[in-house]
Amino acid sequence: MSDADTDADAQGRSRPEVTDTPLRVEGVSKHFGGITAVDGATFEVERGTLTGLIGPNGAGKSTTFNLITGMLTPDAGTVSFEGEDITGLEPYEIADRGLVRTFQIARELQEMTVLENMMLAPKGQRGERLWRSVLPVARRGVVDQETELLDRVWEILEFFEIEHLAEEYAGNLSGGQRKLLEMARALLTDPDVLLLDEPFAGVNPTLERRLLDHVHELRDRGYTFLLVEHDMDLIMENCRHVVVMHQGRILTEGTPEEVKTDEEVIEAYLGGDV
Amino acid sequence: MSTADSARQLWEADATKILVVLVAIYATYLLSGLVLGYSLRGQLNSIASLTFYIGVFATLALALNLHWGYTGLFNIGVVGFMAVGIYVMAFVSKPLYGSGGAAQIGGLGLPIPVGILAGMVAAALLGFVVALPALRLRADYLAIVTIAMSEIVRFTFLSSTFQQFQVPHTLAGDWTRVGFGGGSGLILDFPDPLLALIDVLGLSTVYDGLVGLVGTVVPNNPDPIVHSLVYGLVLLGVVAGYFWLLKRTGESPFGRVLKAIREDEDVARALGKNTGRFKIASFMLGCALMGLVGILWLMGQGAVTPNFFRPRLTFFVWIALIIGGAGSNTGSVAGGAIFAAVLYQGPLYFQNLVTSVFQPGDAPGSFGPAVAPLVANLDPVPFLLYTLDSVRQLQLVVMGVVLIWLMHNRPEGMLGHRKETAAAIPLVGRSERSERTDADAVGTDPTPTGDASGGERDE
Repeated sequence: MSDADTDADAQGRSRPEVTDTPLRVEGVSKHFGGITAVDGATFEVERGTLTGLIGPNGAGKSTTFNLITGMLTPDAGTVSFEGEDITGLEPYEIADRGLVRTFQIARELQEMTVLENMMLAPKGQRGERLWRSVLPVARRGVVDQETELLDRVWEILEFFEIEHLAEEYAGNLSGGQRKLLEMARALLTDPDVLLLDEPFAGVNPTLERRLLDHVHELRDRGYTFLLVEHDMDLIMENCRHVVVMHQGRILTEGTPEEVKTDEEVIEAYLGGDV
Repeated sequence: MSTADSARQLWEADATKILVVLVAIYATYLLSGLVLGYSLRGQLNSIASLTFYIGVFATLALALNLHWGYTGLFNIGVVGFMAVGIYVMAFVSKPLYGSGGAAQIGGLGLPIPVGILAGMVAAALLGFVVALPALRLRADYLAIVTIAMSEIVRFTFLSSTFQQFQVPHTLAGDWTRVGFGGGSGLILDFPDPLLALIDVLGLSTVYDGLVGLVGTVVPNNPDPIVHSLVYGLVLLGVVAGYFWLLKRTGESPFGRVLKAIREDEDVARALGKNTGRFKIASFMLGCALMGLVGILWLMGQGAVTPNFFRPRLTFFVWIALIIGGAGSNTGSVAGGAIFAAVLYQGPLYFQNLVTSVFQPGDAPGSFGPAVAPLVANLDPVPFLLYTLDSVRQLQLVVMGVVLIWLMHNRPEGMLGHRKETAAAIPLVGRSERSERTDADAVGTDPTPTGDASGGERDE
């Protein structure tokens, strides 16, 4: 993991004038037919923090996520990442810039082993060019890089304590293990900001604790997180900044304490009872 | 290590599985011929055509496996790419019009290798054109586009518009008559490619010696037998080449992305992979390989007609792939071989065998006379003869039944685990890895372990 650490440092140094808010969402809207899924959402994510995005079912959290990561194109508004407008870019272009997401229902690649899943993720793999993978001399370089990657993959697997599953097919993992795999896989892309879509849904309390520990440790190493969650307590305990969505709008945002005492939030989202 | 263990290890190797399948097929053919007293000439001929069909179906299944098994691209236009391959090859390599010979239509008169290359490139480019709009859509739309394309290709070559036309063939602006021959087909009047290849390799004397040798056992005109046997061998070499190429493609970061696209394209895109580029590359490579099979299939047949490329041939390839197991290169070869031996050539071989050994009389001309004796006085012979005579039609029924049975009972095919590891190095456990490299180093030579594992995979 020291690798990822120094990587993050190096990136920090190479971009001295980076802002403190790598991700900005401004006035983003999305309609599906007559339904307004997201209506002028505006918020920012501060570097090196855990930001929570909460709201009841159907509040537009997942849609917002898809709009940020390019899975959907907003009807209005802009998304900018590290000062660059990324609205309407392809998902792979956004991921390539260091804004990487996980999925609400863990989407592991079932008929690939955990190791294959992990090896897929890193950027800049020479062997992704067909000719390099096939031609005899060029393939040496690919083999060398694969050997290096495999070492990194093992480090991350050990960090997430799933190395015993390495040769297992991803389709055979339990729900919680899939969540771990998905987060580990996302981490291998060297992201600056990780968007986690309900990473704790359907995960038992022990594993939830473990996942949270990992998230906190990674945040300490300089990663930035945006977390979609509907478990109120979890967000309140772990995030420094909370954004509350309701019916496609940003209802309010602030520290957990501010949000907790906000009348509107209690009214609309919590039904008056935390 | 016990013998059972080492036997299992041996079975694990891809080459062993393929070899076992091939040996079993050939042994069955030869033995059944031997038992029934089939003539030597008949034996050699059936072995030659068996080898030919094993070769073409194995290569086609391998190419389709890259599309469907690896990338999840639903291509049901295989024949279209084969047709473009051979037609463009013929266009480029047929001798110029008027340079002697009976052909009414000429070509550009370029060497055969240039024609083969042009045919493959044309098939790949057609793949690109087809893929570009279709890959943005869902998988089933690609299927519709590809089958439509294959029919468009067939009708284009059938059309009288392209039957013959003039193109300039020199810089000075001389025009020559070329074309695709329309429905009456195109005579492939370039020199025999196999003999040309043998000539280039300087193996003419060896080949002549072989003809002489076979002549001692089959005195009457041994040349065509040797020719088709050797061509079959060349095709098996091509199968090995395809296998090598596609195994390498699969066992690489490129192949890993293809596999990820097959499993869940959104995930691959969310991890920063430009999946469109990978899909197009994979599709074009597969199409070029299909074009080459089209060339190899028909190049030595003397002529080509558009109606050879009916969609049913595409579905034959699909059956071969499904038998073997989509996602596995080993399975593709085995599936191609089994399809060719059992479903494609098997019934005809059986028919030939029975008729030549037992020499039964003429079969009844229609269903009525075939069934009547069976019902009237329980005489099954006319019915059996009729069945034997209709084996070509029944072949399709049998294929359908096999397909349905497979879909119900073994949808993953014989070897279809889709689990051939997609990486340029073996993905093994950490401790195992160091153990294995240690063992290698001890077993082979004292080079540094890192070097040993790196170099060894790269042969």
